Amino acid sequence: MGGFTTQFVAALTVTISLALVSGCLGTAFGLFVAISKGTAQPRLNSVVTAYTTVVRGVPELLIILLIYFGGTTLASKIAGRYVEVNAFTAGVIALSVVFSGYATEVFRGAIAAVPAGQTEAAKSLGLNAWQRWMFVIGPQMLRLALPAYGNLWISLFKDTALVSIVGLTDIMRVAYVGAGSLRAPLTFYLAAAALYLSLTTVTLLSIRLAERRYPALGR
Amino acid sequence: MNLGLMFDAMVVLPSGVGLTLTLTVLSLTAGFLLSVPLAFIRAFGRPGLSLAVLAYTYVIRGTPMLVQLFLLYYGLAQIEAVRSSIFWVILRDPFWCALLTFSLNSAAHTTEILCRGLQSVPKGVTEAATSLGLKRFQIARLVTFPIAFRISLPAYGNEVVGMIKGSSLASTVALLEITGMARQMVSTTFAPYEIFIVAGAIYLSLTSIAVKAIQLLERWLSTDGHPVRRRKARLRPALPDHEITTTPLP
Repeated sequence: MGGFTTQFVAALTVTISLALVSGCLGTAFGLFVAISKGTAQPRLNSVVTAYTTVVRGVPELLIILLIYFGGTTLASKIAGRYVEVNAFTAGVIALSVVFSGYATEVFRGAIAAVPAGQTEAAKSLGLNAWQRWMFVIGPQMLRLALPAYGNLWISLFKDTALVSIVGLTDIMRVAYVGAGSLRAPLTFYLAAAALYLSLTTVTLLSIRLAERRYPALGR
Repeated sequence: MNLGLMFDAMVVLPSGVGLTLTLTVLSLTAGFLLSVPLAFIRAFGRPGLSLAVLAYTYVIRGTPMLVQLFLLYYGLAQIEAVRSSIFWVILRDPFWCALLTFSLNSAAHTTEILCRGLQSVPKGVTEAATSLGLKRFQIARLVTFPIAFRISLPAYGNEVVGMIKGSSLASTVALLEITGMARQMVSTTFAPYEIFIVAGAIYLSLTSIAVKAIQLLERWLSTDGHPVRRRKARLRPALPDHEITTTPLP
């Protein structure tokens, strides 16, 4: 493996931070959209439905390519000279968009699964909209969403590998470079596979822990 | 936005649809055929065998498909025995490597989907089939699998869509399917927006058709609210599956 061990360690932090940043942004955006979809007028609803349909129906690779190359063209046009968009930024935007598309559907389903009587009871107790979300619907909805939401994180960690195609030095990129320079593709790709597998395993275990700690209420 | 370029892309890119569909359909078929026995082993097999299948699905589902593709396409060439064997004819060709990767991937996902379906078939149904004197293989073929397939169909629809989208990875090993052609066009025209948006629209229509087709299949296979079909089903030694497909109340 030569001096590639330190590079793999650096790449691991890149992959993890890419996943964490885009996962958190995607969650925040997905949560916001799902909540506003439940309350807002029909026209906004159809916009949200169009958004989730498009994001979930187009390959992740294509979204990454579109945002990286399209972003470079756009930035160059605005700046008036050639500007290259950072691969990390493009990856964060693309993966957040993908994550939020799926997360919206997960949260929307979970909100719909909370019985209507809960909202009515909270209203009759005189809680305002903010309190209803914080103390009544939110906690129940998040517990219901947890298993599907966890699967999204596993997919996210796997999707980060696609950002290597636009040149981000993540695990996959280091494996690609190492495989080329040391002429040992099998070793390097197996190492990459092992790293990704351990990442998804850690994610899976933490979801299982969270599911045990916060089981769905009332079932 | 250059509309002329978008029109060009609309003319050129559909020639990649054939390869995308070929890769998707072949790998879904191969994956499904492979996954049916695996799902039965995973659901009802001896603990050792079931664990072996779980290990397969866990590793495949836990690693990115891109890594698996590169492992097969670039990695296997490192082994001298592979290069000198007859399989090399297949393994040096990017098409077969991509097809093999996608099939193995699809098989792993479908195995888990079908396994969950098989496990949610009520025990009483198989017991009833046993008491009617059906053999084990007959029960699997006539009773357990049809019910499990109907239960799994919505989840399998997601797998079909995932495979259409996943086939875009073939562009990384220089195959000219939709994404590959789009990347080639972008590298000559330097107009990423127009061309990738057209490619995305083509993918979106493919996935929408797949979703609709699965929904139609679901409706066609379900016997809810179809008195004629149900009566026909009653004549055969089939099962009143309208009771099974509805989820029990908590």
